[in-house]
Amino acid sequence: MAGQVVELEIPARAEFVSLARLLVSAMASSDTLLPDDRIDDLKIAVSEACTNAIEAYGGVDSVERVLVRCHAHDNRLEVDVEDRADGFDPSALPDHPPVTDPDRLKFERGLGIPLIRALVDEVEFSSSGGGTAVRIVMWHSDSIGNGRVGG
Amino acid sequence: MELGLDVTERNGYAVLAVFGEVDVYTAPHFRERLIELVSEGKHQIVVDLEGVDFLDSTGLGVLVGGLKRLRSHDGDLSLVCTQSRILKVFEITGLTKVFAIHDSVDAAVAP
Repeated sequence: MAGQVVELEIPARAEFVSLARLLVSAMASSDTLLPDDRIDDLKIAVSEACTNAIEAYGGVDSVERVLVRCHAHDNRLEVDVEDRADGFDPSALPDHPPVTDPDRLKFERGLGIPLIRALVDEVEFSSSGGGTAVRIVMWHSDSIGNGRVGG
Repeated sequence: MELGLDVTERNGYAVLAVFGEVDVYTAPHFRERLIELVSEGKHQIVVDLEGVDFLDSTGLGVLVGGLKRLRSHDGDLSLVCTQSRILKVFEITGLTKVFAIHDSVDAAVAP
């Protein structure tokens, strides 16, 4: 149903990230025209954003919360992932060495944000000392090329 | 959410078949199993991802860490994966150039 908004507040713990994926998957399947492969992309992006939020709190037994909000528009799905941790500068992330460089194997982390950027249609990071908000937008395929108007 | 991890031996390779979803919650279990295998002297490892329903960057990190550990023992880690949704994350991150990715376990352990 277009216009529908569903919010889920999860404890900032690793075992709840799958719940966030379940929410966006259910919402995207029932309330949007996104094809299955785009829903898979969205699930990865939301998983990455939630993982970053949980890790931003820095504790495995954190009592903090992560908010996941899905808003189904006529022509797109927006997902917000918000935390109240210390924030970070997404533009200051170090670049990884080229994949052909043996030093590439020193980097086990830091792939999450590049993956989000590659998999979704739009992403916006808003970060400050009061937390980080990630807005992910997935346009319906029939909206791309039609000016992405309305919603 | 449980992660299935089954180990078999094939042609001198340890084949670690992974089932389920690999994310920040299950990745530590996956990492521990890989480290155990290396500690047991298994330095030629094939990770079979055909039973994986979901894999994000935490899973990629486990595999990169496993490969780094094995290379330090003159070993190697290759993958079995034909699922486009899983292959996509390797392609986006450029890791298709780091890992040998096979269509089947038979191909991965072929002499």
